[in-house]
Amino acid sequence: MTTLAQEFSKGIFKENPTFRLVLGMCPTLAVTLSAINGFGMGISALFVLVCSNIAISALRNVIPAKVRMPAYILIIATFVTIVDMVLKAYAATLHEALGIFIPLIVVNCIIMGRAEAFARKNTVGRSVIDALGMGIGFTLSLTVLGIIREIFGAGSIFNIQIMGTAFEPMGILATPPGAFITLGVMLGLVNYMFKRLGIE
Amino acid sequence: MDVNLLAIVFVAILANNIVLSQFLGICPYLGVSNRLETSMGMGMAVIFVMTMSAVVTWVIDTFLLVPFDLIYLRTITFILVIAGLVQLVETVLKKTNPTLFRAMGIYLPLITTNCTILGVALLNVQAGYNIIQTIVYAIATGIGFTLALVIMAGIRERLELANVSSYLRGAAVSLVTAGILSLAFMGFKGMMTL
Repeated sequence: MTTLAQEFSKGIFKENPTFRLVLGMCPTLAVTLSAINGFGMGISALFVLVCSNIAISALRNVIPAKVRMPAYILIIATFVTIVDMVLKAYAATLHEALGIFIPLIVVNCIIMGRAEAFARKNTVGRSVIDALGMGIGFTLSLTVLGIIREIFGAGSIFNIQIMGTAFEPMGILATPPGAFITLGVMLGLVNYMFKRLGIE
Repeated sequence: MDVNLLAIVFVAILANNIVLSQFLGICPYLGVSNRLETSMGMGMAVIFVMTMSAVVTWVIDTFLLVPFDLIYLRTITFILVIAGLVQLVETVLKKTNPTLFRAMGIYLPLITTNCTILGVALLNVQAGYNIIQTIVYAIATGIGFTLALVIMAGIRERLELANVSSYLRGAAVSLVTAGILSLAFMGFKGMMTL
């Protein structure tokens, strides 16, 4: 039995959803144009992940195995709708920037993956810890990617200009190809780092 | 909403390709693009389900959600409808057309969690297309997905023989390749946008 600390930290490092498991790629690529968008997406997914993990693990003995997938989708979609409405009401700019990717949190494989692989077999407490770890890992990865693309693509970080006027922004990082290439290179770097540290 | 049908086709396939410029369906894009044959099967299944689900969700949205002011239920309704539809298609296909079922049957369950299907259903009602435009848009988007998938599969079959650094092998090099491919598709953006 793994300890709670291990359960929590695995989502951030060893089983980081973005860099290690390569899950949830669509939002990762689409919203990391700036650090704040990446962070917003990460937090939205974190909220849905924690809530759905709580609900699914609490109902794990009630939901029949045969119809578990539709039941999970329904639970997840409910929380996604909540996030959608809250963002629309209190963070209109972020809601505009994330656009279609908010309703698409429903089909984010990380959330369904954690429900299937973890929440349906574990207690509520452990599921919350697992969801927090995974969600924070996802948020961190998205924020890091957002920071990289924002610094080099626009010369700012969290909308604060830091590179000075002489800096010529690298336009490509703000375009779709830039998203693919940044993530690809980052994946390679993380692989290199993990091999160097001897973690496999 | 009065948009030329040809413009919808051009933009959906090339200028605003669903995978390479809208970032939808990246998971199957990276997962199933190992071999040309499987990527064709997946592409066909996606075109089929995408068109059906776009039509069904359009009908539900236009005649049920909008008149009764239930737009906030879109996400929940659409995903349930799509999940049900995929199941239905699978069952019907198995009974009526076993050959077709064998060709794309194994891809059908994967499609429920393919974000292109839900994405297209949502984008479509947000754009306010009519039923003809909906069908054309869905088919064209499906073709765009298949095109991107097939090109990628062709590249990856060669990439397997290439000498890639062990750190970049797998997803990393596929993403960089997709980036270069996306750069090529960006050229079409200069020609036309909606």
